[in-house]
Amino acid sequence: MVMLVISLIGFSIKSNIGDPVRDLVGERVTPAERAAIADQLGLNDPFLKQYTRFVKNVCHGDFGTSLIYRKPCLEVILKHAPATIELVLGAALIIILISLPLGVFAALKPKHLFSRFLMGFSTLGVSIPVFLTAIMFIYLFSVILGWLPSYGRGETVDIFNNGYWNSGFLTLDGLQHLVLPCVSLASIMLPLYIRLIRSEMMEVLETEYIKYAWAKGLAPMRIWLVHAFKNTLLPVVTVFGLQIGIMFAFTILTETVFQWQGMGFMFLEAIERADISLLIAYLVIVASVFVLVNTVVDIFYGFINPTVRISGTK
Amino acid sequence: MSHLLELHDLEVKFALRTGDIIAIDGVDLTLDKGETLGLVGESGAGKSVTGFSIINLISKPGYISKGKIIFDGEVISSFSDEKMREIRGNKISMIFQDPMMTLNPVFTIGTQMIETLLAHKNISKSEATKIALEKLQKVQIPSPETRLDQYPHELSGGMRQRIIIAIALLTDPQIIIADEPTTALDVTIQAEIMDLLQELCETDHMSLILITHDLAVVSQVTEEIAVMYAGKIIESGATNEVISNPRHPYTKGLINSIPGSIKPGEKLQQIPGMMPTLSKIPPGCAFNPRCLEKIGICETNIPEPKKTDVGTMASCHLI
Repeated sequence: MVMLVISLIGFSIKSNIGDPVRDLVGERVTPAERAAIADQLGLNDPFLKQYTRFVKNVCHGDFGTSLIYRKPCLEVILKHAPATIELVLGAALIIILISLPLGVFAALKPKHLFSRFLMGFSTLGVSIPVFLTAIMFIYLFSVILGWLPSYGRGETVDIFNNGYWNSGFLTLDGLQHLVLPCVSLASIMLPLYIRLIRSEMMEVLETEYIKYAWAKGLAPMRIWLVHAFKNTLLPVVTVFGLQIGIMFAFTILTETVFQWQGMGFMFLEAIERADISLLIAYLVIVASVFVLVNTVVDIFYGFINPTVRISGTK
Repeated sequence: MSHLLELHDLEVKFALRTGDIIAIDGVDLTLDKGETLGLVGESGAGKSVTGFSIINLISKPGYISKGKIIFDGEVISSFSDEKMREIRGNKISMIFQDPMMTLNPVFTIGTQMIETLLAHKNISKSEATKIALEKLQKVQIPSPETRLDQYPHELSGGMRQRIIIAIALLTDPQIIIADEPTTALDVTIQAEIMDLLQELCETDHMSLILITHDLAVVSQVTEEIAVMYAGKIIESGATNEVISNPRHPYTKGLINSIPGSIKPGEKLQQIPGMMPTLSKIPPGCAFNPRCLEKIGICETNIPEPKKTDVGTMASCHLI
């Protein structure tokens, strides 16, 4: 359903913006010839007919041909996707590894000096835009300190030997190139997560079942890290699922600053050169990533929350 | 003779921004082995806080500011958290008010039972499972094996309270503190749960502190009773004496407000007014603004506990 709406919007843009005939043959063709080509391409068919044709092609993986790359859009996107996926994955990993312990700490010791510092710092973190963080990082770590590279993906390894997935995770150089972009991308979500986990956890700690766990004489570590933590995770997982999708969109900024050859970078290039087919293909694919990620998160949610699990036998 | 549990001049304060508030004001209580004690009073009288203070688990701004709690010959009110943990859920178990909120929704019944055992006893998981099953049978839960794998939301309120009782029994505690264990349940199930608790305490010689506002329940279940008002015990003694010959006007008012005490069709009697907020306790006897038998001295002097003609203790100037 979601996918249908997205494809409809995408297609409307495609059919209304730009003139594919001019794009194809240039300016020096007579109007009669143009009409013939438009007819041949099916551009004079009714909207609905064109749309069904579009959906049918998409279902077969045919998004049309990209103007700048002169290759099928799908292939272009698939070539750029791994870079973006690795970026998002790296950022997500950073967020999970840092926000969980910090959020839990801030919830358990709300009056501790470090927790107060964390809260203040996270407000600051949320309010600084990604591109500014990214530029500051480049200036500090690449220009002044010279520790980390500032652009590109570095040395990559073709994992599946088919020319599509070039991974930066496997080489030291690739990993070094990943650090700054991932941290920049994570910077906007990280403070948000620390705050979310902190407030959820504090709420859980006030509940009756936590008080009961104390009354049962359980060890503090078990109460905090098992009883309270699992209940804290429930809302956090839902939000995280939504945010991963949003992070794909945020990569546009990060990729531009770091000259990262991913989908976001490709998207901007496509806009600059009015490569509409590629734009629409990007739109539809990112939308499907959203849907996919949310489905996966919902399934995962079922594993940690027994109340949403459907029990077959009673 | 030494008692199993003694509360000496216990005072609990809540540290609020506006200053400390006294929630429990000099409470003395004793409990012997196998004895059942009812702690009665209106909401906010301090009965639950008294119960929680015994296992040193008063909600955050609250703390024990004076007095001591002696359990089994040891002053547990000065125990460290570490040492207190060996008593909580082991020698003194608690049953909470609302079974819907007490069990953690994301863990199975089995997990929540076994973890309690493993926290206190040096036994294997399979031994713990065996004990858990045994206790589930004791609280008359049908098909206990399947319950272990179920989550709290799959069970009804009455069933959950039975499970909480089973958890309380796991370590064969000496005292069970039941904080309004039936308030959140249906009337028919209330009776079942109370009968079960009473029976278990008798057969296992466990002491029970029953915290409730329901005088009818107390009179059926407990041997001793303590009536609380505004953080103080105002009348205490053998349950049947206190119920049939109340000497404190507040206790009288409570008994008169039970539906069974008047003819059908008549309007129920009630105690006029409300209990004062803890920050605004009136001078003299805390009950004096609502008291029907008030005399001059009640507004100025705090009454001391005195022995009554029927052998109970009551804090009232009229005695």
